[in-house]
Amino acid sequence: MQATLKPPKARRRPSWSDFQRRYAPYLFISPFFILFFAFGLFPIVFNAFLSFHQWQPGTGLGEMKFVGLRNYTDNLTDPTFWLSLKNTAVLAVLSGLPQHLIAIPLAFAIQGGLRRMQNLVTAVYFLPYITSIVAISVIFFTLFSWQYGVINVVLNALHGLPLIGALFPAEKINWLGEKEYVQSAVAMVVVWRYTGWNMLLYLSGLQAIPRELYEAASVDGATRGQQFRFITLPLLRPIMFIAVTLSLIGGLQLFEEPFILTNGSGGAGQAGLTTVMYMYRTYAAYSDAGVAAAMSWLLFLVIGALTLVNNRAFGRSGLAGRD
Amino acid sequence: MRQLPRLTLTLTAALCAALGSASAQKTTITVGVFPDLDSVVKAALPGFNKLYPNITVKINSLAYADHHTALTTALSTGKGASDVVAVDFGYVARFAEGNGLVDISKAPYNAGQYRSQFVAYTYPQAMTQDGRMVGMPTDIGPGAMFYRTDLLKKAGVSPAAMNASWESYISNGKKVVAANPGTFLIPDASEAAQIILRTGLKSGEGLFFDKNNTVLVDPASPRFVRAFTIAKQIRDAKLDARAGSAFSPEWTTAFQKGNLATEFSGAWLVGHMQNWLAKDFSGKWASQQLPGNTFASWGGSFYAIPQQSQHKTEAWALIKYLTTNKDQQVLAFKTTGAFPALRAAGSDPVFNEGVPYLGGQKARVQWRQAALKIQPLDVNKLDPIAEQIVNDALASVLDGSKDIPTALTEAKNLISRRAR
Repeated sequence: MQATLKPPKARRRPSWSDFQRRYAPYLFISPFFILFFAFGLFPIVFNAFLSFHQWQPGTGLGEMKFVGLRNYTDNLTDPTFWLSLKNTAVLAVLSGLPQHLIAIPLAFAIQGGLRRMQNLVTAVYFLPYITSIVAISVIFFTLFSWQYGVINVVLNALHGLPLIGALFPAEKINWLGEKEYVQSAVAMVVVWRYTGWNMLLYLSGLQAIPRELYEAASVDGATRGQQFRFITLPLLRPIMFIAVTLSLIGGLQLFEEPFILTNGSGGAGQAGLTTVMYMYRTYAAYSDAGVAAAMSWLLFLVIGALTLVNNRAFGRSGLAGRD
Repeated sequence: MRQLPRLTLTLTAALCAALGSASAQKTTITVGVFPDLDSVVKAALPGFNKLYPNITVKINSLAYADHHTALTTALSTGKGASDVVAVDFGYVARFAEGNGLVDISKAPYNAGQYRSQFVAYTYPQAMTQDGRMVGMPTDIGPGAMFYRTDLLKKAGVSPAAMNASWESYISNGKKVVAANPGTFLIPDASEAAQIILRTGLKSGEGLFFDKNNTVLVDPASPRFVRAFTIAKQIRDAKLDARAGSAFSPEWTTAFQKGNLATEFSGAWLVGHMQNWLAKDFSGKWASQQLPGNTFASWGGSFYAIPQQSQHKTEAWALIKYLTTNKDQQVLAFKTTGAFPALRAAGSDPVFNEGVPYLGGQKARVQWRQAALKIQPLDVNKLDPIAEQIVNDALASVLDGSKDIPTALTEAKNLISRRAR
């Protein structure tokens, strides 16, 4: 593509050429920097500034009051903040692990077994990822409904079956109304939504593995299972590292699904209250912008620390692919 | 569709005004509102322009949540607010704290002079602890107990027996649910607690704090203990549908399927019921006062003037017209069913008419009585936090994970942490 572009004809007019060479690049790249400063850098700096102040939005910018580290200590002594962190961690594991445990074999199966249908199947699995969260939540609300939901109807019907019936509950489960179930319900929606995305990542990783390796392995008499274990998994490590890192960050920033599924309330026993939800509540409902800003920095530290741990756990090979 | 002629009228009036007084100085003011309040303002404009031909009013209507978010942003940055803004009851205390809204108790507004003309509990809602007043009340939501006449009849329970006291509400409720399998007495047990918490307050007491910012939530407070106890009894008797908050999917479905025997809500619920919530059950619902001689309010709206407005005089003229003009308040009631905060409007003949959806019952008289008996609650800026904490405590009592003294002690400690 680039070879077809002609170099700009600028030799004839030196001043114009001068402008083009010296300033035009800045002009062309300026939209990015303008947008970055306005919507990227400024909010971050302002947020850091805000985290050391007491401020109620709605009172005007002049009402900000410097309080030092009080917003941070307030958060660290707030039981609800710790509860929200715990919820976030539980939800991140509960929704993160299954995503990968399903996505890797699924990608392998699609890559190996469904060559012709690959695009169609991939699109179908990817669909949840691009669907509007509001539409998703309306559907899942209805499915999870305690009295009238399909999930409970199916579970109760399965309970009536011989032999395996005992595995299923006889009573209707109040998915979103009882604290034992809120996290599972939220996790189910998150898994459903992001498995397709991870599968796509893994599929692209699989396609980068040379076919000759598999051919050589089958010549040597390796079964499909052995091929998966000794070729696919090790060579997939860099992609796994990326996918797990993305899941980790996404999981710790979980907001939309629990927020909408619990009507913003956090659900029974606040079991669905994630840190980002609590931050939003502190800002919007409690009008405590400083404390909310401090909370976002604390969450940032947690995410940073866990990403570092993840980096170490995968080893340097995670990034570079060396082993 | 009924808006159409009014809209044309407005346009014609505005046009005539524009042509007639082209030489006179015209001022354009903006009004920031949310639905359905926007229809009320729209309907008010012809009458208003007759009195004030030199003021042109532009309506900026946003969805309920967006309106309040935009207003928060405008007030915090000092730019972009309309000259007149509508503020819902739930937001009033929050906006009252800063200096973003004009104190209308001061000259030249002197809103205090109208106080006796309004339903008593509305003024304190818009007043801060230091006596400033940030909004004029326009509509209110007097509470009622709605009940299904057919379900009660089948159980042989009279509505009067049902609302005699909270205890008889529960004991008769058991009969109703027993006689009508598959039905629930109430969408959520916590509703009863919310009402009891809001009644029987001493003067100068707020919901969760008193005048000196002392936390009232306490395992020794009879009000909190009783509220939690009654709710727990309802839950334990399996009378509620555990639907959580109003407008949740469980709540909506239970209404649509006709599985609810009673519901406590503001008078405005009838509008929702007849339009979509319980269309098929017209004539089967009726209204009563809340159980145990209690009175509570569900929501309400206010009009305020942002400090940044350049046309405060004109803005106040419009607010005064919208809130203190009897004909306008009656018109608002006819337009959207918004119950008037102005007491004089309540004497209009329209209040003696029956409500078709409630089988012709003259429920409006009843709601008017309720409105006069609702007690004022002092607002505190920490109310939203305290409410959240108390609701969590109530939920943990209802699901059986904590007993009432433990839950209230923990709630008290959590709230005290914040109140400093």
